[in-house]
Amino acid sequence: MTALHRKLLRDLWILRGPVLAIGLVMACGVATFVMSLSVLSTLYRTRAAYYDRYRFADVFIPVKRAPIALTERLAEIPDVLSVETRIAQYVNLDLADLKEPASGRLISIPDRGPPRLNDLFLREGRWPEPERTDEALVSDGFATAHGLHPGATVRAILNGRRQDLRVVGIALSPEFIYQIRPGEILPDDRRFGIFWMRRRALEAAFQMEGAFNEASLSLSARALEREVVRRADALTAEFGGTGAYGREDQSSHKFVSNEMNELRGMALVIPTIFLVVAAWLLQVVTSRLIGTQREQIATLKAFGYSNTEIGAHYIQLALVMTGLGTLLGMGVGVWLGQGVAAMYVRFFHFPSLQFQLDSRVALAAAAISTSAGVLSVARPVWKAMSLPPAEAMRPEVPITFGTSWLESSSLFRQAPVDVRMVVRSMARRPGRAVLNCLGLSLAVAVLVLGSFMLDGLNYVMESEFNVAQRQDMWLTFVEPTNHRVVADVAHLPGVLSVEPYRSVAVRVRSGPRERLLGLMGLQEQSRLYRIADVHRHVRPLPPTGLILSESLAEALSVGPGDSLRVEVLEGKRPVRALRVAGLVSDFQGEAAFARIDELHQLMQESDAVSGVFLTLDAARVDETYAALKETPRLVGVALKGAALKSLRETIVDNILKMRAFNVGFACIIACGVIYNSARITLSERSRELATLRVIGFSRGEITRILLGELGILTLLALPVGLAIGHLLADAVIRLAYNTELFRIPLVISRWTDAFAASVLLMAAAASGWLMSRRLARLDLVAVLKTRE
Amino acid sequence: MSPDPTSAEATQHLQIAPSFRARGLTKIYRVGEVDVVALRGVDLELYPGEFVVLLGASGSGKSTLLNILGGLDDPTSGDVWFRDHDLVHATDKELTRYRRDHVGFVFQFYNLIPSLTARENVALITDIAANAMTPDAALALVGLGHRVDHFPAQLSGGEQQRVAIARAIAKRPDVLLCDEPTGALDVQTGIAVLEALERVNRELKTTTAVITHNAVIAEMADRVMTMSDGRIVRTERNTQRRQARELVW
Repeated sequence: MTALHRKLLRDLWILRGPVLAIGLVMACGVATFVMSLSVLSTLYRTRAAYYDRYRFADVFIPVKRAPIALTERLAEIPDVLSVETRIAQYVNLDLADLKEPASGRLISIPDRGPPRLNDLFLREGRWPEPERTDEALVSDGFATAHGLHPGATVRAILNGRRQDLRVVGIALSPEFIYQIRPGEILPDDRRFGIFWMRRRALEAAFQMEGAFNEASLSLSARALEREVVRRADALTAEFGGTGAYGREDQSSHKFVSNEMNELRGMALVIPTIFLVVAAWLLQVVTSRLIGTQREQIATLKAFGYSNTEIGAHYIQLALVMTGLGTLLGMGVGVWLGQGVAAMYVRFFHFPSLQFQLDSRVALAAAAISTSAGVLSVARPVWKAMSLPPAEAMRPEVPITFGTSWLESSSLFRQAPVDVRMVVRSMARRPGRAVLNCLGLSLAVAVLVLGSFMLDGLNYVMESEFNVAQRQDMWLTFVEPTNHRVVADVAHLPGVLSVEPYRSVAVRVRSGPRERLLGLMGLQEQSRLYRIADVHRHVRPLPPTGLILSESLAEALSVGPGDSLRVEVLEGKRPVRALRVAGLVSDFQGEAAFARIDELHQLMQESDAVSGVFLTLDAARVDETYAALKETPRLVGVALKGAALKSLRETIVDNILKMRAFNVGFACIIACGVIYNSARITLSERSRELATLRVIGFSRGEITRILLGELGILTLLALPVGLAIGHLLADAVIRLAYNTELFRIPLVISRWTDAFAASVLLMAAAASGWLMSRRLARLDLVAVLKTRE
Repeated sequence: MSPDPTSAEATQHLQIAPSFRARGLTKIYRVGEVDVVALRGVDLELYPGEFVVLLGASGSGKSTLLNILGGLDDPTSGDVWFRDHDLVHATDKELTRYRRDHVGFVFQFYNLIPSLTARENVALITDIAANAMTPDAALALVGLGHRVDHFPAQLSGGEQQRVAIARAIAKRPDVLLCDEPTGALDVQTGIAVLEALERVNRELKTTTAVITHNAVIAEMADRVMTMSDGRIVRTERNTQRRQARELVW
C-alpha cells in the first residue's frame, strides 16, 4: 500500500462523520431509485410473461346474445388468430359470513379443456368435471377473503334460482390481475368474486344454449386493432354488441397500466430528485472538503506528484464515499423492493411476483452516483492544482470587505459585533451562502415531496365521499329497469332516500378521436350523487347538453359549445350529436354527465333506470342488507363505508408505508446536509474562531458567530425550500398522477409544510449542538500554531 | 567575511558548471487590488554541493526566488536554468518531473500531511522517487529513528521540521530548498534542524539553499546572498563555515 493510499484511508477515517452523512444521503437516493424502477420492471416483466403464457386476449367483444355461428365470422376478420366465446353473467351471492349482499361474475369455460384465450392459472384444486354443472373455480382474491378451499360451497342466485356452487379449485386469470366490479375503482375481494364454470352449466342456467355473450380475439402482431374492432362491431351490432375494445380499455389491464404509469412517474421523478439532490449535495460538500486540503494538494505537487496522481487520489476519495453509499443504497433498495412487491401482491393477482433487481437500473444508479462523485472532486481539485504550488501554500488572500449598503445602514452599525461578523461573513461570500441555503432548501423540498401525496389523496377522498358521492349505497341493476323499482327500493327497510340514475354505454366521437364510456344520467336536483370539481364546487346539470370531465375533453379535444357524435351501444343504438355544455375538473378521469331526461330522450325510452343511490338508516342497516340479498337482478351493491375502508386498507396503507420511507430518507438527507454544512464551516473558520477566543471572546460568543450563520441560512431555507417543494410536487403530480383514471390535485397541507420545516429546524438544532460541543473542544494553541 | 580566492571550494566553483543559473528574474504579484513587485532583476548561480544562505527581511523577495528555483512559481520575466532544464519555458508536466527527480523542499510550516505518520510522510516521496533511501534511513539521518510511527500532531515543531527535512532528502535530491526552516522554532530545536541540514549537505553533497532573516545562520554557509527590495544586494563567501551547533542567537 502506498503512502497516498494510507492517506486516503486516514482521511476517510478522520472525515467519517461527513463521509457517513454523504454515504447515507447517496444511499437514500440510490435506494428509492433502485427500488421503484426495479419494482416497475418486475411488474412489466411479470405481466408480460403472464399475458403470454395464459394467452390474454387482444380484443374483447361484449354482446347481448349472439349465436355460436358468429364465431366463424369473427375468425374471418383479417389478422385474427383465434376466437374464444363464452357466457358471462353477474349474479348475487348469499354468503353466510357476510351480512351485506355480495356479487359474483360467472364465466363459462369450454366443456373440455382450458379456454383458448384468457386461460386460467390453477392455484389449488382441479378443473371442474365436464358433466358437473355445480362445480366452479373461484378467483384467488375472493377465496382468500373468505377462506375458501376446494370442497367449500358458495350460494349464488342464478336467474332467480338459488344454487350452491361447489368450489373445486382456486384460479387466477390474466383478465383479472386487478379484480374490480364495473364502475368501481377499488377491488373489494370480500364482496366480489369471479367463478368459472363449464359452459354447459351456464347455458342451462341462463338459457344460452347455442349462444354466447362475450367473445375475445387474439390478433397477429401486424393487426390494426382499430380496424378489427370496427369489423367486430359491425358483425355484432345486430346481436346487441356494446362495443368491442382492446386491452387498453380492459378494466384490469387499464388499472394495472395506470398503476404502472403512476409508479413510473414516482419511480422516475421522486427517486431521481432524491438522487440528484444527493449528488448535488455530495458535490457541494466534497468540494468544500477538498477546498480545505488546498495546501496538502500544493505540498504533494511541490514534491513532484503529477496532476494525474493527485486527481486520482481525490477521485478515489470520492469513489469510496459514493461507492459505500451506492452499495448500501442498492442493498436497501432491493430489500424495499421485495417489500413493495409483496405489497402489490395484495391487490394485484399474479401467479407469482418475484422481485428482481434490474441490472440496468443498478448500473444507472451506480453511474449517476459515481459521476456525481467524480464531478464533485473534479472542480476543487482542478482549482487547487491549477494554482502554482507556491501560491496554493500561501494563506488565501483576505477577502476584500468593501463597504456595502449594509455597512452604511444605521441598524447594521448598531448591531452587536458578532451579528455584524455573521452578516459580513455571508455577504463576503454570497455564492457560498447561496449554495448552502440552496442545499438546506432542497432538504426541505425533499421532505415536502416525501409526504405530500397523502394530502392529495385525503383531499380526493373527502371530496369524493363527502361532497360528490353522498349516498351510503349504490345499487346497479343487471339491466335497465322500469322506474317503478325506485319506489320498491324506497320501501325496503332502513332506506331513507332513493335517487335513480341512468347509465348508457356509448362511444363518443369528435373527428378521428373516440372514447368508449358510460354516459351518466342524473336527476336535475341530484342530492346524493353530485358533480363537483376539484375545488369542491358543486356544478348543476344544464337543461341540455353534456358535462365532460376535463380529461375526457382533452382526450377528445373538445370544449364547451362543441358538438360530439354520441353512438349508443345498447337498446335501439341511436346515434345523435350532443353539445358539450360545460367542463368539470374532477378526480376520476374520463366521465360524461347529462340530465336523466335527456338520456331518456336519447334512448327513446320513458323512464328506465340503471341503478339507484340510497341513504340508509344506520340503525337498520342489517335489515336492509337482508332484504337486498333477496332482491333479484342486482349486479352491484357498492357500499361507501366498505369502499372507504378498502381504500384505507390498500392504497392509503401503501402510501403510508412508502411515505414512511420517503420521509425517513428525506430526514437523512436533511440532517446530512445540515451536519456537513456546519462541520465544514467549522473547519474553515476554526482558526478565526480560535483567534477570537484568544483575544477574549467567550465560548458562547464564538458559538453564536458560528451558528448564527447556520441559523440565518436555515431560516432563509425554510420558505425557499417550501417553495421548491411545492414546485417539485406539482411536477410529480403532472408527470405521475394525471392519468385517465385518476387525477390527484396538488394539495399540500399545512401539516406537511410544518413537518418539513420542523425536521429541518430539529436537524439544525442537533447539528448546532454537535458543533458547539466541537467548539468547546477547540484546542486554541494548536489551531493557532499550525496552519491547516 | 570576505571572498577567499585560495579556498579550494571557491576555485572549484570557477571550474564547475553551476547547477542553477538565473538571469534578470522579475516577479510581479497582484494581491487584491495592488501590484507587488517581489523580484526586480535577479541574477544568480548556485554550484553543486554548495550551502547557500539567502538573507533578507520579510518582503525582500527571497521566498519568491526560492519558489521559482524550485519550479513552484514562474517569473514574470527572466531566465532560470537548472543544468540543461529551462525552468521558465517548461510545461507543467516537465516542472513536475523536475521537482520529482531533483528538488527537495523544506517549508517554514513543515507542510506535513496530518493524517500520515512520520514514516508515511516520508514514504509519500520515496514511493515516487527513482533512487530513494528508505523512509527509516532518511528519518535516522535527521535523528528521528525512534519516532517514525508518530503523527505530526504528536511531534514537537522541531521534530516536525526534521520529518519535513527527512521527507525532502529521502529521494537524494540534487538540490534542497529550505524556506525559513527554523522560522517557527526556538533556538535549540532550530539548531537541531540546522544540524540535520548540515549533515545532509555534507554526507549527500546536496546543493542546499536556505532562506532566513536570521543573520546568524549565514555563518554556516559557503556563500551568503543578501536580498533587499527584490534584488540581491550583496554576495559574500565565508572563509570558514561554522558548525550549526556553534551558532547562538
